[in-house]
Amino acid sequence: MVDPAILHTSYVLAHAPDFVRYGSKPTREIETDPSLLAQVADALRPWNEVVAYPPNQTFIGNLTPDDLAAIPRPWLENLVPDAKPDGPFGRIVTQAALYGLMKLCDDFELLTITDAVAEQARTELTRFEHRRDQIVGVSADELAKVIEENKGLELFHEGELAGFIRSAHDRDASLDAHVLFENLACKATAVLAVSDVFDGSPVNPEDVDYMFNTGEEAVGDRYQRGGGSLSKAVGEVVGCLNATGSDIKAFCAAPVHALIAAAAMVASGLHKYIVVLGGGSQAKMGMKFRAHLRNGVPIMEDCLAAMAFIVGPDNGDAMRIRLDLTGKHPIGAGSSAQAIYQALVVDPLERAGLNMTDVGRYAVEMHNPEITEPGDSGDVPKTNYRTLAAMAVLRGEIERDEMDEFVAQRGMPGFSPTQGHIPAGVPYLGHAHAAMRRGELQRAMVVAKGSLFLGRMTQLVDGVSFVVEPSQELTETNE
Amino acid sequence: MDLKDKKVVAIGEREGVNGPSLKLLAESAGASVVFSVTQCFV
Repeated sequence: MVDPAILHTSYVLAHAPDFVRYGSKPTREIETDPSLLAQVADALRPWNEVVAYPPNQTFIGNLTPDDLAAIPRPWLENLVPDAKPDGPFGRIVTQAALYGLMKLCDDFELLTITDAVAEQARTELTRFEHRRDQIVGVSADELAKVIEENKGLELFHEGELAGFIRSAHDRDASLDAHVLFENLACKATAVLAVSDVFDGSPVNPEDVDYMFNTGEEAVGDRYQRGGGSLSKAVGEVVGCLNATGSDIKAFCAAPVHALIAAAAMVASGLHKYIVVLGGGSQAKMGMKFRAHLRNGVPIMEDCLAAMAFIVGPDNGDAMRIRLDLTGKHPIGAGSSAQAIYQALVVDPLERAGLNMTDVGRYAVEMHNPEITEPGDSGDVPKTNYRTLAAMAVLRGEIERDEMDEFVAQRGMPGFSPTQGHIPAGVPYLGHAHAAMRRGELQRAMVVAKGSLFLGRMTQLVDGVSFVVEPSQELTETNE
Repeated sequence: MDLKDKKVVAIGEREGVNGPSLKLLAESAGASVVFSVTQCFV
C-alpha cells in the first residue's frame, strides 16, 4: 500500500472591505436599517492593519501559533511591525486583486468592473499567470448602461461604485446576482489558493488526477440547488487538465472528510495526486458586525479565506496521513462535547494503543477569539482544548492541575477568520508541516466538527479527525 | 430555578449543550418546551 501524505499546503486571505455589506447578516440588517451602511463603512480596517493583524500573519505562516500566543491581546492593538502580505505558505491579497480573480473566473460575462479596477487588479495580482488577459474593464458610462439594462447587484471598491454582477435568470433564486456573487468569490479565492499550492511543490497542475472541493457555496440552478462541482471549475482555470473532481459537503467538517477520502484514494492506488480545496465564504463576511459595532472594534470579518492541499504518495518531505488513526462521529454516538471527543479523539488513539498525551498538537476549531468574543460566542478553541484536557484528566493521563499546561502545550490560540470550513482544524496543517520539517513535531491530530442541524434535516452534529506524522526521512534528518 | 409548569424556549449551542438536550432537561423538570433549537455561533 502507498503511504498517503499531504505534500504541500497553501492559504489565502483576500481583503474585501467593500464585500462586507453583502455578507448575509449585513445584507439583512442594512435592509431593515439603511443607516447601518455608513456605520459599517466607518468600522472597516485599512489594508495595512489587516496585513499587520497578528492572527492574519499567523494564517499565512509569518508567525507561528506559539508566536501569536506570546503577543498580548487585544491583537488589534498589537500589530506586527513591518508585516508582509506574503508568507511561507500563504498570502494576503487586495480587494482589487480579488476583483481581477473574479473577472478571470467569470465564464458567463456576469461580472462587469471598471477600467480603473481592472488596471489596479492587473498591477496588484502578482505571482498569478492564468487568464490575465481576461481582466478587462469598461468605462463608467458603459458600466452605467449595464446597470440600467440588467437586474443585479452593484459592486463597490474603496467606497465607490466600481462594478456590477447580473442575475443569470429572472426567476431563479439559485442564479440570483447575490448568489452568483457568493459563488464567484468562492471560486476566485479557491483558484488563487490552488494556483499557489503548486508553487515550490514537486507536483504540477497537469499531474493532478482528482480534486475535492470543500467550500460552503451552493453552485447550481433551480433544479439542483447546490449541485456543484466547483472543483472542476477551479481546476480548469489553473490548468489541472487531467483531473476530474467533485464536492464533499459536510458543513465545516468537509475539508477533513475530503483529506481522509483523498488519502484513501492515494493509498488504494486509484489516484496518485489529489488536490483538496476550499474557497471563501462571502455569506459569512461581517457575520458578527453588530457585536463589533456595539463594542467599538473594527469589523474583523473583512477577509475571504481559501486553502488548498496536495495529497499524494509520501515523498520524504511530507506529512503522512495515518489512515489507521482516523476518527469519526457515528450517528449513534450522541452529541455532547464529551461524546464527540470520545469518538473523534480517544477512540482512534485507543485503537492504536496511544494516549492523548502522545499527540503533540491538536488542531480543533481554530476561530480567532477576538472575532467571536464581542458577540458572546466565547473563545471556541480554548473551550475545545479545555474539554480535551478534562478528558485527559478523567482518563488519568494528567492531573487536574496540569490542565492549563495541557492546553498551552498541545493547543494553540485561534487564528483563523470565521469562514466556516476554513477554521475547522486545517489552518494548522501549514504550521504542522513547518514544525515537522524543523523536527519539532512528531504527531498532530486535526479535528473538525460540522453543524448539520443548521439545514433543518437532522438534529445531528458531525465530526471527523485524522493524525499526521512526518515522513520517515524528515524524522531521520532531524535525529 | 423551579421550571415546573413554565414555558421554556431552549436555545442550545454546538460547542456547549445542544437544543435537544436542553429540551429533555427542561421537560424532566416539569416545563413545557415551546421552542427548541441548536445554534452554531461560529
